[in-house]
Amino acid sequence: MRISRRILAGLATASLAVTATSCGGGGTSGSFDDTVTVGILHSLSGTMAISESTLVDTEKMAIEEINAAGGVKVGGKSYKIEYIVEDGASDWPTFAEKSKKLIDQDGVPVVFGGWTSASRKAMLPVYESKDAFLYYPIQYEAQECSNNIFYTGATPNQQSEPATDFMYKRSPAAGGDFFLVGSDYVFPRTSNTITKAQVKQLGGKVVGEDYLPLGNTEVAPIISKIKKALPDGGIIINTLNGDQNVAFFKQIQDAGITPSSGYYVMNYSIAEEEISTIGPEFLEGHYGAWNYMMSIDTPASKKFAASFKKRWGADRVVADPQESAYNMVYLWKQAVEDAGTFDDNAVREALVGQKFDAPQGPVEVMPNHHLSQTVRIGEINAEGGFTILEETGVVLPQAWNQKHPSSKGFACDWTDPSKGEKYKL
Amino acid sequence: MELLLDSLFNGVAIGSVLLVAALGLAIVFGLMGVINLAHGELMMLGAYTTYVTQLIFKLPILKPFYNSYIIVSIFLAFIVSGVVGILLEKTIIRKLYGSPLETLLATWGVSLILQQFVRSVPLAYGTGLVISLLIGLFLPTTFPSKIKESINFKYFKFSSWIFAALTGVLTGSLISSSVSKLSRASARNVDVTAPSWMRGQVEIIGTAFPKTRLMIIVITLISVIAITLFLNQSAWGMRIRAVTQNRQMSDCLGISTEKVDIITFGIGSGLAGVAGVAVSLLGSVGPNVGGNYIVGCFMVVVLGGVGNLLGTVLASFGIGIMTDLIGAGRLLSIWPDMPLPLTNTINFFATTSMARVMIFALIVIFLQFKPTGLFPQKGRMVEN
Repeated sequence: MRISRRILAGLATASLAVTATSCGGGGTSGSFDDTVTVGILHSLSGTMAISESTLVDTEKMAIEEINAAGGVKVGGKSYKIEYIVEDGASDWPTFAEKSKKLIDQDGVPVVFGGWTSASRKAMLPVYESKDAFLYYPIQYEAQECSNNIFYTGATPNQQSEPATDFMYKRSPAAGGDFFLVGSDYVFPRTSNTITKAQVKQLGGKVVGEDYLPLGNTEVAPIISKIKKALPDGGIIINTLNGDQNVAFFKQIQDAGITPSSGYYVMNYSIAEEEISTIGPEFLEGHYGAWNYMMSIDTPASKKFAASFKKRWGADRVVADPQESAYNMVYLWKQAVEDAGTFDDNAVREALVGQKFDAPQGPVEVMPNHHLSQTVRIGEINAEGGFTILEETGVVLPQAWNQKHPSSKGFACDWTDPSKGEKYKL
Repeated sequence: MELLLDSLFNGVAIGSVLLVAALGLAIVFGLMGVINLAHGELMMLGAYTTYVTQLIFKLPILKPFYNSYIIVSIFLAFIVSGVVGILLEKTIIRKLYGSPLETLLATWGVSLILQQFVRSVPLAYGTGLVISLLIGLFLPTTFPSKIKESINFKYFKFSSWIFAALTGVLTGSLISSSVSKLSRASARNVDVTAPSWMRGQVEIIGTAFPKTRLMIIVITLISVIAITLFLNQSAWGMRIRAVTQNRQMSDCLGISTEKVDIITFGIGSGLAGVAGVAVSLLGSVGPNVGGNYIVGCFMVVVLGGVGNLLGTVLASFGIGIMTDLIGAGRLLSIWPDMPLPLTNTINFFATTSMARVMIFALIVIFLQFKPTGLFPQKGRMVEN
C-alpha cells in the first residue's frame, strides 16, 4: 500500500505536468502592433475527441486566415490572434474548470468551445457569473438563451422543422406515418417533442418513438417495433448520436428497412464526416438536413472546403459544425473591429446585427444571440455526400421553440433590457 | 406462431451477443475469480483484429479469399486477445491473486491504457507489436527440452525476443506501407463490413431473419460447445476445474497451478476476442466498444451463478428474451385486451431505456432471493 500511494502521487504530478504543457501558439508571422490571445476549448481526448478535434482544426484555420489578412484591427492598431487550446476531455465538469482557467488565469477576451449540450450547460454558469463570453458552434435543441453565450449552430426551427415538413409533404414517403428514434438524452427528446407537435399540426401521425441509452448498440427491439408500427414503410426521424448510428443503419439494412422497401430515414446528426464513418452503402437514399453541406456549389463553399483540405489533408471533409465554428471566429473578429475594443460588453453589443458572407451563404446575428441561416435538405448519395434537394430562404432562429408546449409564445431579445432572456410575445 | 418465432429469435439474438461477450468473463471471473475490467478492451482488440483482417484481405494477393475473411478473423481475434491476456496475466494479474480490489483497479487501468493505445498507435504497428509478443512468448516454448534445460536458456530466450521484435517491426512497416488506412493513428471509429454472403436476410418458415444475427448465434454456439468440451473432456480442462475447486489440494497433487492460471486466463481473453468479432458485425469498431458491454457481461455472470457455464448460458438467453418481451412491448400483442392499467404499465416500459431499468430491477430482486445466482457453485472453495 505504501508503494502504491507513492506511485499515485507520482502519477498525479505527472498528469499535472501534462496539463500544464497543453498550450498552443499562433501561426503565421508578420508585422503586428500587438497580440490578442483567445481560448479554444474542445475535447481532445475521450469519446468526443473525434468530433471536437475537427472544430479545433477549423478554428485554427480561421485564425490563421485572419492573421494572414492582417489580423484584427482595433483602434488603429493591428492585433495578431494567438490562441490557447484547452482539452475538455469529454468530461463536462472539466469544461467548466478549463473555462475558469481561460478566463481568470489567461484573461482571454473570448472562448470558442463546446460540442455537447451537457458541456454547454456545465460551462454556462461560469460565463454568466464572470460575465465572460462563450461562442458555441453546434446545432442544438435550443430552449436556452444566455446573455453570455453566442450560438452559431442551428436551432430546431432551422433544422428539424423544415426537414419534417419536407418528409411529410414532398419526400417519396409523403403522407406516411412517422417513427422517431433517438439517443436517450436532452437533444433527441426535445427535438422529438417539437417534431410530434409539428406532425400533429401537419395532420400526420407519429406511430412510435424509442430512445437508445447512450453507449447501447442493441437495436433489435427497436427494429421489431418499427416493423410492427410501420409494416409497409414510412418516415423515420433519426436523432441517434455517434456510433449508435452505425449499429442502427447496419442492422436496419439487414432487417430490410431500406429506401427500396419504402422506409426513408431523416437524420439530424449525420453530416459528411459521419457518412464516411458509417459507410455510404448503408445510408444511400436516406436524408439529412443541415445549414451547410459540402456539396453547396458556391465559390464561398468551395473555397472553404479547399482551404480546409489544403491545410489539414486532402482526405478531410468539412461539415456543418465546422462551418459554424468557422463563422463564429470571423463574426467575433468583425464585432471586435466594430466595437473598437476587446471589452466583452461592447463586443456583445456590436455583435448583434453583424453580417457575414459564410460558406453556406449570408448569415446575420440576431438579437437572441443566434444566427439567421439557410436550411438545406439533402439526399445521401453513393459518393458519401449530399445531393441537395431543397434550400429554404434565410430562416430566423427561435431560441424558444414555437412548437414546443413549454416555450410556445416566448422569445429572447438581449438588445432590449426590458425583454431579455425570455419574454412573452 | 410467427410472432412467437420472431420474439424467440430476437430474444436468442440479443442473448447470444450477451453470451458470447460474457463467456470469456464467465471463465476469468467465474472460474478464476479475477475481476477483469479490461475484458471489454480485450473484446475491442478482437473487433480491431477483424477490421485489420478485413483490410489485409482487400490486398490484391488475398482478394480472391475476401469472402472468408470473417472466418479467419475469428481465429486471429482469439489469438490476439489471448496473447494480450496472457501478457496481462504474466505481468499484472499474477501478482494480485487474492486481492480483488487491487485487481479491479489494476485492470481498470489496463483498460484505459488499451483504449488510448488504439487511439494513438497506428494499427499497423499495433499488429506488429502483437506479432512480436506472440513470437516472444511462444518461440521459447518450442525449443527442444535440451536447450530449455541448459544453463544458457536465458540467452536463447533473449535472442528469441530480439528476433520477435525484428519480425514485429518488419510486419508492422510492411502492413503500414501496403495498407494506407492502417498507417496512421486515428481515434475515429472504424467500420467492419460483412462480406456480401453475410448481408441481407434469409427466410425460415415465412419469417425473415438477418444473416449477421444468425452468424453471431452460430459463433456463440460453437464457442459454447468448444469451451464445454474443453473443460469437461480434455486433461487441461480437468486441471482447470480442479484448481478452481481447490487450489491448494491441486497444487499438492502436482498440478502446475501457474500454468493452469495462464491457460485459463488466455482462453478467457481469447473468447473475449471472438466476442469482439461478433460485435463488430453489429456496430462500429472504436476504442470504447468494449466498455459498452462490460456491465452486461458482469450482470450475466453474476445472475448465472459464478463459476457455472450453464448458468451463464441460461442467464444471457433469459435476459435476451426479457429484453425483447419488455422492450418491444410484445406482451400486448400476445394478450391485446388486458386491463387498462396493465396496458399503460407495459407501454411505459416498452422503450429501450425503460426496459433496461426494468431488467436491472428484476435482476436485483432476483438476487435478493438467490444471492449466488441461478446455479450456485457447491464445493470447498465456496465454503471457505
